[in-house]
Amino acid sequence: MRRRYAGGKFLTTLTFIFLYLPILVLIIFSFNSTKSRTIWSGFTFDWYKELFSDGAIMSSLEVTLLVSVLAAVIATVIGTFAAIGFYNMKRQWRAPLLTVNNIPMVNADIITGVSLSLLFVSAGAILRFELGFGTLLIAHISFNVPYVILSVMPKLYQLDRNLFEAAQDLGCTWFKTIYKVIIPEVMPGIINGMLIAFTMSVDDFVISYFTAGNVQTLSMTIYAMTRRRISPKINAISTLLFAVVLILLIIVNVREARQMKAVEKKDKILKGAD
Amino acid sequence: MSNQNSSLRRKASGFWSRNRKKAIAYPYVIWMAVFVVVPIILVAVYAFTSSAGAFTFDNFRTIPEYAGVFWRSLWLALVATAICLLIGYPVALAISRMTTRSQRIMMLLIMLPMWINFLLRTYAWMSLLENTGLINRALGAIGVFDLINNLNSGRAGYVPIDHFQLINTNGAVILGMVYNYLPFMILPIHSVIIKIDPFVIEAAQDLGADHGKVFRKVIFPLSLSGVISGITMVFVPSVSTFVISKLLGGGTTLLLGDLIEMQFLGAAYNPHLGSAISLIMMLIVVICMSIMNRFGEGEEQAVLI
Repeated sequence: MRRRYAGGKFLTTLTFIFLYLPILVLIIFSFNSTKSRTIWSGFTFDWYKELFSDGAIMSSLEVTLLVSVLAAVIATVIGTFAAIGFYNMKRQWRAPLLTVNNIPMVNADIITGVSLSLLFVSAGAILRFELGFGTLLIAHISFNVPYVILSVMPKLYQLDRNLFEAAQDLGCTWFKTIYKVIIPEVMPGIINGMLIAFTMSVDDFVISYFTAGNVQTLSMTIYAMTRRRISPKINAISTLLFAVVLILLIIVNVREARQMKAVEKKDKILKGAD
Repeated sequence: MSNQNSSLRRKASGFWSRNRKKAIAYPYVIWMAVFVVVPIILVAVYAFTSSAGAFTFDNFRTIPEYAGVFWRSLWLALVATAICLLIGYPVALAISRMTTRSQRIMMLLIMLPMWINFLLRTYAWMSLLENTGLINRALGAIGVFDLINNLNSGRAGYVPIDHFQLINTNGAVILGMVYNYLPFMILPIHSVIIKIDPFVIEAAQDLGADHGKVFRKVIFPLSLSGVISGITMVFVPSVSTFVISKLLGGGTTLLLGDLIEMQFLGAAYNPHLGSAISLIMMLIVVICMSIMNRFGEGEEQAVLI
């Protein structure tokens, strides 16, 4: 028994080394004083300085942040309303609609990207517009909404059905019911969905690549850089992004742990009252 | 009387409000129609038409020329999926036996690399696998190449080597797939295994099953839904990738994704052929999904953690 555990633990350790070694190397060489990716020749912050003075990188970072925030917010609004609507539908309507909703999530990214680019190019030929920030934003909203719905739906099913009627009996209009009762109740799901949508947008390369036209997102700039001259600036971006992700994850987890503690405390108090 | 009236009114308002509540989904239904359904129909239309707009099967007739690319894509994706399963399953199982606290930390550590842009994750391997990369340097430093050169020095026409060709090979592409998508295998398997009732395992042990038998007859069958969703989540992005093959395969190993990308944005601009290939790839994904749905009903949530 012990030995079998040891084998699994050994493999797990190896897996973690496999997962983190390349990232570690990437981070270390972002501080290397020469352009070499393999020979260490001294510590420097030069690549970070160059990074911040690189116009292409900074403007693509702006595009990425702008499109991600806009797409996440819009997708959250559309997705939350859609989830509430789906929830109130009969199964026979809901099931096929949810299947269509799942398509962007299960389809390969390249298919989503290519099919949207066909739509934009054909529509653009008729309506006289070109691929750009607008089409990029629409594409991002499209692949974000399903994740918002997926994270809001389960929260809706956890609601007490009587809540709707209670609200209406107490004189709420349908809009007020949604705005004052339902949305606050499913807020954790909405926030979660928005966070997932935001990270999906920041991380996306393939779909942006096919729908952005001449606009460059950070992913697209990185792709162009890896195809051209190798520069430690890429390592510097990686390190910064890694640090941001790490900090975000720590914040989210501390928050979750606190929430769980608060729930436990509430439970205890309620039980004590009994 | 007035009571009846108000209940009638409430019924009516209930009816209307239910319809209205449904109605707030309609904007998204229209959105899906325009930006999900229509684009896929467009792919199908492009696949069956020529650039002049006439109906044709020609796009599919040219596909056999690319049979090699199809098989290579399927083969590399299958190998990568198998390796992910062979590594991912034992790791998921080992993690599921830790305390709840360490499981949480382990899962976070598995997910953390996924949060880093995957271009950068793939790029990281370039500097390791290059001919003058860290792996070849390390091997040289411990004298591996000297040893090989010495062993072969007697042979006629032997050219001494100073590196292994690691990058720009099929192996490098598979490595890139495994590295990028391994978490997708571990997460769903882990989330299914931890849901297995420990009493079921205990019952099997009480009934005389040894560890091997408990695994074969209880744990593995019960975790099958996680395995299936893991396989799909690794296979689909692997079979459709074009970034990994470009960065680690050096453009020498053409994959399905490369082929599609070339038809839409590359030099070989031909969206009709690209659509035909995309349609076939969609078919592969749909087949994959329907197999998954047969085995793993209702595991979509496990997939998203």
